Amino acid sequence: MRIKTLLAGAVAAIALTGPALAQDVAITGGQVLTGTSVIENGTVVIRGGKVVSVGTGGAPAGLRVIDARGKIVTPGFVAVDSGLAGTEVGSVRGSNDLANSANTLTAAFDLSYGLDPWSFTLPVARLGGVTRAVVTPRHVGSRGGGGHSHDDSDFAGAGDGGYQTPGLFAGQAAVIKLGGADILVKSKVAMTAPFGEAGATVAGGARGAEFVLFKETLAEVRAYARNKAAYDRADMRALSLSRADLEALIPVAEGRMPLIVTVNRAADIQQVLRLAREEGVKIILDGAAEGWLVADEIAAANVPVLLHPITNLPSNFEMRAARMQNAAALNAAGVVIAIKGNEGSAHRARDIRYNAGNAVSHGLPFAAAIQAITVNPARIFGFDGQFGELKAGAAGDVVVWSGDPLEPLSQPSAVLIDGVEQPLQARNLLLRDRYRTGGEGAMPPAYGN
Amino acid sequence: MLFSRLRGPSLAVLTCALGALSLSACATTGDAAPKTETASASSSRDRTMAPGLDGWANQDPYPSTYRGLPRQNMAIVGATVLTGAGQKIEGGVVVVTDGRIAAVGGADTPVPAGHQVVDARGRFVTPGIIDIHSHLGVYPSPGVQGMSDGNEATNPNTAQVWSEHSIWPQDPGFNTARAGGVTTMQILPGSANLFGGRGVTLRNVPSVTMQGMKFPNAPYGLKMACGENPSRVYGSRNQSPATGMGNVAGYRAGFIAARDYKAKWDKWREDGQGTPPTRNLQLETLAGVLDGSILIQNHCYRADEMAVMLDVAKEFGYKVTTFHHAVEAYKIAPLLAREGVCAAMWTGWWGFKMEALDGIEENAALTDAPEGSCAVIHSDDAELIQRLNQEAAAALSAGRRAGMNISEEHAISWITLNAAKSIGIDKETGSLESGKRADVVIWSADPFSIYARADQVFIDGGLAFDRQNPAFQPVSDFELGQPGFGQAAAGVAQGAR
Repeated sequence: MRIKTLLAGAVAAIALTGPALAQDVAITGGQVLTGTSVIENGTVVIRGGKVVSVGTGGAPAGLRVIDARGKIVTPGFVAVDSGLAGTEVGSVRGSNDLANSANTLTAAFDLSYGLDPWSFTLPVARLGGVTRAVVTPRHVGSRGGGGHSHDDSDFAGAGDGGYQTPGLFAGQAAVIKLGGADILVKSKVAMTAPFGEAGATVAGGARGAEFVLFKETLAEVRAYARNKAAYDRADMRALSLSRADLEALIPVAEGRMPLIVTVNRAADIQQVLRLAREEGVKIILDGAAEGWLVADEIAAANVPVLLHPITNLPSNFEMRAARMQNAAALNAAGVVIAIKGNEGSAHRARDIRYNAGNAVSHGLPFAAAIQAITVNPARIFGFDGQFGELKAGAAGDVVVWSGDPLEPLSQPSAVLIDGVEQPLQARNLLLRDRYRTGGEGAMPPAYGN
Repeated sequence: MLFSRLRGPSLAVLTCALGALSLSACATTGDAAPKTETASASSSRDRTMAPGLDGWANQDPYPSTYRGLPRQNMAIVGATVLTGAGQKIEGGVVVVTDGRIAAVGGADTPVPAGHQVVDARGRFVTPGIIDIHSHLGVYPSPGVQGMSDGNEATNPNTAQVWSEHSIWPQDPGFNTARAGGVTTMQILPGSANLFGGRGVTLRNVPSVTMQGMKFPNAPYGLKMACGENPSRVYGSRNQSPATGMGNVAGYRAGFIAARDYKAKWDKWREDGQGTPPTRNLQLETLAGVLDGSILIQNHCYRADEMAVMLDVAKEFGYKVTTFHHAVEAYKIAPLLAREGVCAAMWTGWWGFKMEALDGIEENAALTDAPEGSCAVIHSDDAELIQRLNQEAAAALSAGRRAGMNISEEHAISWITLNAAKSIGIDKETGSLESGKRADVVIWSADPFSIYARADQVFIDGGLAFDRQNPAFQPVSDFELGQPGFGQAAAGVAQGAR
């Protein structure tokens, strides 16, 4: 009996970390939400880690079948503005690699080097159906999307609200997948910068300073890009940024790399849209708590928005118009939105589906909510058709749900990443199983594994 | 024993609790009773002190002026009723008379004459949601300097402060919480200190004054904090406590002083000899814990720390009523049940600091399992308080994922009846049972669904929120004239933001 228990524990431990091999598989009989459409009694066929077909035909002969009858099949969800694999415990500084505070290295900060495939945050997020994430540097504006912090952690200087932002730019985001030993999909997918109150703080205290500084910085980047040889000969006026930062900003200045602008006040959104137009910078709005007030302007500028749809309190003076209907209003205006999880989508990336559900209960069409956690984030970051959607050629990231994926009472029964079925196991479930009998057996719980 | 306790300082409160065994009886007398010097007047010596110098002579110096919203008698019919006390009634009838629950039953329950019939067919009815851990009003929106009044982080023992003296009733968060079905909240001081101060229980009605929200005759809570927060705050100032052991030394020192203080007052009340003790607000609150009139509300994450706190309570002869943020309650679920201590938990939060590392979604389900348990789900957050039904749903789902057979009619108690128990108001509210206050939510759908919205919220039978009627969607003073004021977003008026 004891041996059996020990073996079960050992198997679980292996399953938690050990990579499995991609298998060819067909998922049959479920209601398939492809990300852009709904197929009843659908069949998703995966070969070589990729989706090869999505339709209503039966499973090809000889293929392993996952029976999804009575269930709902979705693409794996894509977390944006995420901290997954870049943090373990919020208050433990050494376990956090999402922010850098050296003022000689801001825009060039590449968090992809610090991401940990063995992070215990990843299996937890997978249990919430998350299979990909855009991991994004934290900065002083990163928590601009919430009411009051639980537990006073911020007050006491811990928690993830304590980031210092040394410059206008906070570094570059990376895309990861939540399975396997090599999780990095692509580094340097976007630059980040706080605007609004947080950005003003960086520039000296006033918004007007940040915009001027921003323009001046881009001018320096362009000057540098035109005169690299002179710069290397030290035959150029002094520039305020380090060479690494200047290099990192060239694709931003040239409109090739999107800039994630964290901004909430409607007036700030207007200013940022104008700035982007004037400077030829491609931007993604992050936060946009008051976005609904200027929804048409955002839509006209063709700028996508990463938002936290349950931000509805005037937590500060840049989100006095925050509303639960923000997602619905932006979507109705034609803005492409992606819905975030909670608390920086690291430990609580799994809440993405609940946030999407709350957007639905406040007016966002269900189909749009599914898009906002699958197709849209992939498109916003340039991965259209590569993941976040069940269509031929996309990654084999699939989740089979016991019911409506946005409902808390639904749970996943299978999670596949690149066609590899992931163990539905995580550290929190190991703790659960250790203590589910109350921890009062003859032997201490530590013997139970 | 009983006699000597009755002669002790908290006579009024004990008489109320023992004599009536019901807050409602206390409420009727308490509301009208004179607020001064009646308890010990039988003695021959005149022990009347100057106003404010005898804390026990006037136990309610900031009395509730809550009067309730306009109400009418009604019967809510046709809904699926989750009573909070474990029952689920399909096609149920909830009769409300004079602001109290008059009857709850099946479709055949008679509707008394003169009662307005509220058609709730296809919808769900639950008791009003109770959040026992909120900082609304003390950490209000906007959360700016000048409004941050939740932590008197100037000394590890600030038992003398009362959260009600920090409450800003214009916090827009009260309104958004009500739109989420919250009818009662305990507002606590923060967790910087070992003894953070008194918490207060509020009715969630709009009011210009704190007193207008105060839940009549609800017992006070004393906020205590274990763990990382006090030791980090004071340790970083090179003060004690800097460690967990410093924390415990601080609790013990506090209760030693309180025992001494209480004995002096008890003696003076007994014999009237000599000079009366000098009133000390800090020790008065701790003495209130020792005589059972003030309930311990203890922020404590780790199982091992909770076990130590239970022993501290035994050492000094008081009871821990509720552990808050009890992230590891599931590790000692049988112990908590045996001791009759409630555990208030989150479902989703974990990993933000070391003492939160082992937070699991199954915490409520596992803590709830033993006989005699008292599992509660709380928010501590102005956003989460709007969706405690969803936090309970996620906890229920996690329990079912673990193979546990938990019904919705049981799980709803985590945010209703158990919550009421954990702050000592379960005789008054927390379930749809005859005689209780008519705190009722009509939900658009099963409250364990993400799509459910609170359609109507009644407090003491008065309509406090109506999702379809802007006349019953209060907007705080702060919101007037702000950006977006008066504008509908996606067709929805501001009052349902």
